[in-house]
Amino acid sequence: MASVSMTVNGKQVSATVDPRTLLAQFLREHLHLTGTHVGCDTSQCGACVVHVNGRAIKSCTTLAVSCDGATVTTIEGIGTADNLHPMQAAFRENHGLQCGFCTPGMIMSAIDIVNRKGNKLDEHTIREELEGNICRCTGYHNIVKAVAQGAAAMK
Amino acid sequence: MSAKTGVGAPVLRKEDFRFITGKGQYTDDINRQDQAYAYFLRSPHAHATIKKLDISAAKSAPGVLGVLTGDDLAADKIGGLICGWMIHNKDGSPMKAGAHPALAQGKVRYVGDHVAVVIADTYAQAKDAAEKIVVDYQVLPAVVDMNKAKSSPAIHDVAPDNVVYDWHLGDKAATDAAFSKAKHVTKIDLVNNRLIPNAMEPRAAIGDFDAGTGVYTLYTTSQNPHVARLVLSAFVGIAPEHKLRVIAPDVGGGFGSKIFIYAEETVCVWASKKVGRPVKWTADRTEAFLSDAHGRDHISHAELALDDKGKILGLRVKTKANLGAYLSTFSSCVPTYLYAPLLSGQYDIPAIYAEVEGIYTTTAPVDAYRGAGRPEATFLIERIIEKAARETGTDPATFRRKNFIKSFPHQTPVIMAYDTGNYTASLDLALEMADYKNFAKRKKDSAKNGKLRGIGFSAYIEACGIAPSAAVGSLGAGVGLWESAEIRVNPVGTVEVLTGSHSHGQGHETTFAQLVADRLGIDIDSVSVVHGDTDKVQFGMGTYGSRSGAVGMSAIVKAVDKVIAKGKKVAAYALEAAEKDIQFKDGRFSVAGTDKSLAFGEVALQAYIAHKFNGQDLEPGLKEGAFYDPTNFTFPSGVHICEVEIDPDTGTTDIVKWTAVDDFGNVINPMIVEGQVHGGIAQGVGQALLEGAHYNADGQLVTASYMDYTMPRADDLPSFDIGMTNTPCTTNPLGIKGCGEAGAIAAPPAVINAITDAVGHEDVPMPATPYAVWQACQKGARKLAAE
Amino acid sequence: MYAFNYHAPKTVRQAATLLAKNEDGKVLAGGQTLLPTMKQRLASPSALIDLNHAEGMSGIEQKGRNIIIGAMTRHVEVATSAVVKNALPALAALAGGIGDPAVRNRGTIGGSIANNDPAADYPSAVLALGATIVTNKRKIAADEFFQGMFSTALEEGEIIVKVSFPIPSKAAYEKFPNPASRYALVGVFVAKKGSDVRVAVTGAGSNGVFRSKECEAALATRFNAKSLDGVKVSASGLNADMHASADYRAHLIPVMAKRAVEKASAK
Repeated sequence: MASVSMTVNGKQVSATVDPRTLLAQFLREHLHLTGTHVGCDTSQCGACVVHVNGRAIKSCTTLAVSCDGATVTTIEGIGTADNLHPMQAAFRENHGLQCGFCTPGMIMSAIDIVNRKGNKLDEHTIREELEGNICRCTGYHNIVKAVAQGAAAMK
Repeated sequence: MSAKTGVGAPVLRKEDFRFITGKGQYTDDINRQDQAYAYFLRSPHAHATIKKLDISAAKSAPGVLGVLTGDDLAADKIGGLICGWMIHNKDGSPMKAGAHPALAQGKVRYVGDHVAVVIADTYAQAKDAAEKIVVDYQVLPAVVDMNKAKSSPAIHDVAPDNVVYDWHLGDKAATDAAFSKAKHVTKIDLVNNRLIPNAMEPRAAIGDFDAGTGVYTLYTTSQNPHVARLVLSAFVGIAPEHKLRVIAPDVGGGFGSKIFIYAEETVCVWASKKVGRPVKWTADRTEAFLSDAHGRDHISHAELALDDKGKILGLRVKTKANLGAYLSTFSSCVPTYLYAPLLSGQYDIPAIYAEVEGIYTTTAPVDAYRGAGRPEATFLIERIIEKAARETGTDPATFRRKNFIKSFPHQTPVIMAYDTGNYTASLDLALEMADYKNFAKRKKDSAKNGKLRGIGFSAYIEACGIAPSAAVGSLGAGVGLWESAEIRVNPVGTVEVLTGSHSHGQGHETTFAQLVADRLGIDIDSVSVVHGDTDKVQFGMGTYGSRSGAVGMSAIVKAVDKVIAKGKKVAAYALEAAEKDIQFKDGRFSVAGTDKSLAFGEVALQAYIAHKFNGQDLEPGLKEGAFYDPTNFTFPSGVHICEVEIDPDTGTTDIVKWTAVDDFGNVINPMIVEGQVHGGIAQGVGQALLEGAHYNADGQLVTASYMDYTMPRADDLPSFDIGMTNTPCTTNPLGIKGCGEAGAIAAPPAVINAITDAVGHEDVPMPATPYAVWQACQKGARKLAAE
Repeated sequence: MYAFNYHAPKTVRQAATLLAKNEDGKVLAGGQTLLPTMKQRLASPSALIDLNHAEGMSGIEQKGRNIIIGAMTRHVEVATSAVVKNALPALAALAGGIGDPAVRNRGTIGGSIANNDPAADYPSAVLALGATIVTNKRKIAADEFFQGMFSTALEEGEIIVKVSFPIPSKAAYEKFPNPASRYALVGVFVAKKGSDVRVAVTGAGSNGVFRSKECEAALATRFNAKSLDGVKVSASGLNADMHASADYRAHLIPVMAKRAVEKASAK
């Protein structure tokens, strides 16, 4: 067992975990933050994307213990019921989700794209930057629109 | 009723809030107190007898609560998994269905087949213990190639030649006669590639037995919880229906793969009583690849007879369909009744004859995947039509237009009676949107840059709104395919809609509420939709085959009409008027010719306080249910046009423009309908360009992860141009046809017709990967050199 | 995953000591390849020595005509570094095309090179640029470092500390991705430094990254895309799988090399 402490969505958390606990498992099973999903075993699908120290990473491919001392933000930590994050709102307004399973990872990746590439994103850039997030429902058409609108609204 | 939320408005989805905030409740998000975890030991061999299975070491491993095998299932008299649709051979004899135990009983038949289950305190402990199970396999030859299956070792004793059925449809003599008159016959050989559904949420289950009440609860990733309960009760024999509750909470995509009743879910619910603890199982992606029912997988030869004017005289089709190692829940009907009846497409074809052999192989079971049979039919008909147009030197749009069915209703030679449609209208709009007239110029421009440009059509039809119970019953279905609904009006006038349909991305919570709010003249926020729990919803057949709109919403409308009728009675008492004088409009019950009226909510309150009923002829309360059984399939249709540009140096295909024109009849929420089209096209493009399940000769699944199975990603796809035409369906009260599968049905032939157009010959397989297209370009170059 | 012991050393020296102490221990860098491998139980290290908390292992600097990159530097940092973009833009572009954004935010140059995945991008840059791999024990030239699929010159207890890239006069990388995994099906890094032209190929060789003698010979006389017209690369020794035959890979090598030369020359 190993001990780990981190700040998750603004709250300090500490736990003793089996070292093989992935960050995704830690969030879902220890902290009951089940908005972060696991959709594959090979780091391809992106349903598990969260922000660690301000950067999008795949929480299924990161050990919780490696994040000792880190600041972690999940889908539950970016907006409130009364004050959605602009990217959350954009996904809803553009019908950028259907079954909703990939959505938390999509939104976390989308925010990261804006953090890196700015508020004015063209279709080509958005499609390339979403390479690590797989959606089976939407055909991406409305996700691309949502990301563009959400990016502009994040200004 | 506000125009912003009424029928036809693009209302934003009510369900989205929980999904965008991470508050969805998918099966794996649910945890039961004291739950244990299941890990399934799976066969590493495609085909083997189990000579010895030693579980002793695993049983005593740390944390292990139980190790269960097929012997335990047999001892508990738990039945096998079933196939619910009987298909008959040409000679009238029934198909040959081998037993399908949830855990292997003496033999394994595909890589991933279930050998044993280990249940432990933690998932890691269960997995660790499973490594201690010793299995002595006698390995038998794998049966992977359908063309060699007949001469391969039998997978099931009941089917010595590995043929499940040899089925046919249509008039052979009439078709032969049509071919004897033909001036030109176009022939084609096609492989419809095998796909793996890959809903982003892997399958999961929690079985939870309550020893106090004797009730089992199964939380599961299902598109049809009542059907799951029915099968688990009546056939598998877990518990009678009133002692089994099935809950399908938020489900992360289905596409067919979550219709079926699988081994894992069955074992979890059974095992929860055996170990006395809730048992949870969540598939990892590799397990999903290995054991979710796959889709498609046909080999076909087809011939099209034409007269001297290019009119179609007849169609002959011979198909081998891979059904995998066991018959999955609805597998048998997919390559038969969901396939051959669609072979007339949008065309007036006087004679059709189709033969289908269903084949056992040592691969994962194959069942319905988005479109189910109809994409296979559409791929065949739209490829051979395109080839016939090319062979006769006719523009492909003109060739189609000439052969379209133009008057309705139209009876095809293969069961289906199309009620309505206007195929020319869709084609005209699609040609305009695609700027077809300037294609030749664009092709020239591409050539200047060393690129090959091509354009491809797909004029598809599908049979949705599955399905009239009498019709499917006569064709071998074990169930009726009606739908049920209940409208529960609360005393304050808010409404719960209980539906047997199941939403796993389709947005029912919005569309259904939109419809009900519109009909009752109340605020959409006053309506909530309840689904996915057999304890809450009266009954239901679930969501597949684009049926939730045409069948599910028709049931809802029927129940709403009953609520309004009862409301009129209530209003008559309350307003002290004759029932015949009560009118209902815009959410108010009023007495004709007077200014006396009550709002819907006021009538609801009157219904519940019942102060004026005198307990006599009118029951208190306002709650009505309805079952709706359709009288016909619905026939959505449309034209998709795909334009591609190919880099012959690498074989890369770039879809530069996608035009989709669909006729779904009346539309409740165009935003959601367009979303369904987008997703369907993406899956169809996936089949055409990217996706293909591949088993090697030993029966190992080579494409068992996203490292090798190509999922469509954002940069693989263009944005889509969507157009709509509308000929309302004439056989259901809403005029709805259904939209869930259209894109997946339409897209593959459009893509392949475009690529074959670009490379100048017909020999392009699916998926048309860069490697495959590069090879096709090499072949094309050789062809040109020879000419 | 199988159980393992976890260590988070604060220095390279501590890491090396731990590595020596733990037989079958493995170094964890970004984990973007190692962790998926462990999740599938294809690797079972007894211990993980996590470098994510080790000091002084990350960073980018230019020293004379060399770009020096710390082993724990994430791909995103290389891709966006002003120093790299200015002096060695081909390397920044390569790093910006590894995996996907979330993988680039985590994956490291040291991890990629030490693993020597036959389809990884970085080995082609290291080999084509003639980089030097600096470990806690010594300096290893690129030509000696890569020793076949997943195999390197690293010895037991040896940890990559940094990589030093000589700045070329022209360089570019072109990747043709595997459609499913997006790893390189064929990736070609061309570099010209003085009269020395190197063409390193990843993804294609069954023995990992290699130099294409055919392409180098063609470009030696004149560093121009046209020089590669008609160049044929032998398919022998190339990978063949369901995504691409050896012939297709052989065909793609000069195609990608040509595109890389065009890109390098455009600058």
